[in-house]
Amino acid sequence: MADLTIVYFAWVREAIGRDEERVERPAPTVSVADLVATLAARGGGYAEALGDPARLRAAIDQRFVPLDSLIGDAREVALFPPVTGG
Amino acid sequence: MKRVAIQAADFDVAAELAALEALGGGGVASFTGVVRGEGGLIALELEHYPAMTQAQVDRIVEEALARWPLLGVSVIHRFGRLVPGARIVFVGTASRHRTAALESCAFLIDWMKSDAPFWKKEHFGDGATQWVEARAEDELKAKGWGS
Repeated sequence: MADLTIVYFAWVREAIGRDEERVERPAPTVSVADLVATLAARGGGYAEALGDPARLRAAIDQRFVPLDSLIGDAREVALFPPVTGG
Repeated sequence: MKRVAIQAADFDVAAELAALEALGGGGVASFTGVVRGEGGLIALELEHYPAMTQAQVDRIVEEALARWPLLGVSVIHRFGRLVPGARIVFVGTASRHRTAALESCAFLIDWMKSDAPFWKKEHFGDGATQWVEARAEDELKAKGWGS
């Protein structure tokens, strides 16, 4: 199956130092929160950006989702702070 | 009429209002958001999620169209680097009923604040930068409309 694309925005993007990356597709039982924990364990900017999940919001395939949502067969997961448009 | 534009360029408020007025409903409401230059702010940088923004704003507009009897809706949101005084966002609604026009306009701007994938970064004259933090009251305002 195709890899999973992860995209980052705002200070999450800045702390990690990249706006997008591809990872091996996780198992079907993996949630966005699990993915966040795995990425944060890389340390450095990842830990800084993703260490406190309460500050994060997420989208799966361009739809906002709660962090406990399963990634399933999605193509893209986005991680970012709460939005501040308008 | 439904118009959604996510763009770097400025827009002409008078032209947007004229298009809504031309629908003949007799009532047009609008909101324009402008960059405030307080606290030494020299620019506001707006980032968004290009693959998602248009579709998400479309969904918000569809929600307004389902809730109020509207003849037209226009939503324009800019991205990129904007200086104080620059327009950021425009919401305009047209209806035969003033309540529908006014309420849907307020709904749309509340939802744009809490449900559209934009992030603002402030740039100050002394070189400092800061990401704007989401305000809990904005989320509550949007939730106040129900979902």
